[in-house]
Amino acid sequence: MMASSDPAVIQTRRLSKRYRRVTALSEATVTVPEGRISALIGPNGAGKTTLLRLLTGLARPTGGDITVLGGTPRQNAAFLSGVGFLAQEIPLYRHLSAEDHIGIGAHLNARWDGTSVRRRLESLDIPVDRQVGRLSGGQRAQLALALTLAKRPRLLLLDEPVAALDPLARRQFLAHLAEAVADGGLTVVLSSHLLADLERTCDHLILLAKSRVQLCGDIDTLLAEHQVLVGPAKDTTAIERDHTLVQAVRTARQTTLLIRRSGPVIDPAFEVADVGLEELVLGYMGQVAGAAPAQLTSIGEDQ
Amino acid sequence: MISFRVDGRSVVPPYLQIVQQVRQALRMGVLDVGDKLPTVREVVAATAVNPNTVLKAYRDLERDGLVEPRAGHGTFVVGRPAGPPPGTHSRLARSLAHWVRGAREAGLDDESIESLLRITLRAAADEETA
Repeated sequence: MMASSDPAVIQTRRLSKRYRRVTALSEATVTVPEGRISALIGPNGAGKTTLLRLLTGLARPTGGDITVLGGTPRQNAAFLSGVGFLAQEIPLYRHLSAEDHIGIGAHLNARWDGTSVRRRLESLDIPVDRQVGRLSGGQRAQLALALTLAKRPRLLLLDEPVAALDPLARRQFLAHLAEAVADGGLTVVLSSHLLADLERTCDHLILLAKSRVQLCGDIDTLLAEHQVLVGPAKDTTAIERDHTLVQAVRTARQTTLLIRRSGPVIDPAFEVADVGLEELVLGYMGQVAGAAPAQLTSIGEDQ
Repeated sequence: MISFRVDGRSVVPPYLQIVQQVRQALRMGVLDVGDKLPTVREVVAATAVNPNTVLKAYRDLERDGLVEPRAGHGTFVVGRPAGPPPGTHSRLARSLAHWVRGAREAGLDDESIESLLRITLRAAADEETA
């Protein structure tokens, strides 16, 4: 059950990462409470993969603090036993079977639930004795997820795991993921461009743009804090004074404002509407890019 | 047992879709007192929605006195939604159909009718809270 008092599995404060002259991540403050499925969203190059690498200990920060599962991320057995990481390139051996991978996992991990992998593959009609190279993309992704879950991680980090899958395979993959979270004790961070999928499966959001965190929190709370105001083209100074303006689209006749509100909106000239996740995300990305949201619809597509 | 459909394109948030489908099933008699709702895990496996979404829906239904969790057994229906008996629905549906025919004859298309209905509902809600 979700509560604001859930302990933080991930806690960063002003976390930064520079590579020579390039700032990949700048002063990122992020909290992910236990049991969340967090959507890591942002344009390509926004710092998503950098953040995931810092969380796994594959990269070291150049500034700020980071605590994951109560400790500092390091590539050592003690830390990694609690963390599962599935990179964009699914790490499977093409000439080996699922059964071979289950055997390897049993050797490499102190805690290992090979039975759960076999049960999952059976329920999906994925043959355990076939070479992985002869499985479909969706079947390989499911196998990789089942293998990652077999070591019973408390935190699972996924870097665009569903981008290459067809809609049915994506749905099955996300259902598998959500089931694992329903069993308890697991927190997930999932990077993806596919907002519709994320809206269904995620309850927490980290929005990155231009190497900075634009939004971080429970999606329900973030949506409730934001509203869209549609009204005539008129002076909006009062609204901008009382609330935080995220984005304004102004034409000769009409003004559309996305605001983070600091209380009720009481200007009767404006129609007040709730925002959806897509509108919220595009609004913040548009603010950073200094462009109208219509020009940013390409984030729904894959690179 | 019923199964839920969660439409990602709907303006109704997923948790509310689940709440509405339970209420609808109770009104239609598809679900009755004593029946068990699917477990969170079952809903999640079928729909890929977030487990917290299902919990939130079930808590909403519990708060309204419609369902009750029983530790280790699942969530069970314990009440029916308040409201008029089914006959009332069909009677109102007939008069609404009559009104819609009138609106069409007056030249309103579906979009105008929906917009008019939304505005009227909102005005009525404002009146109630005023």
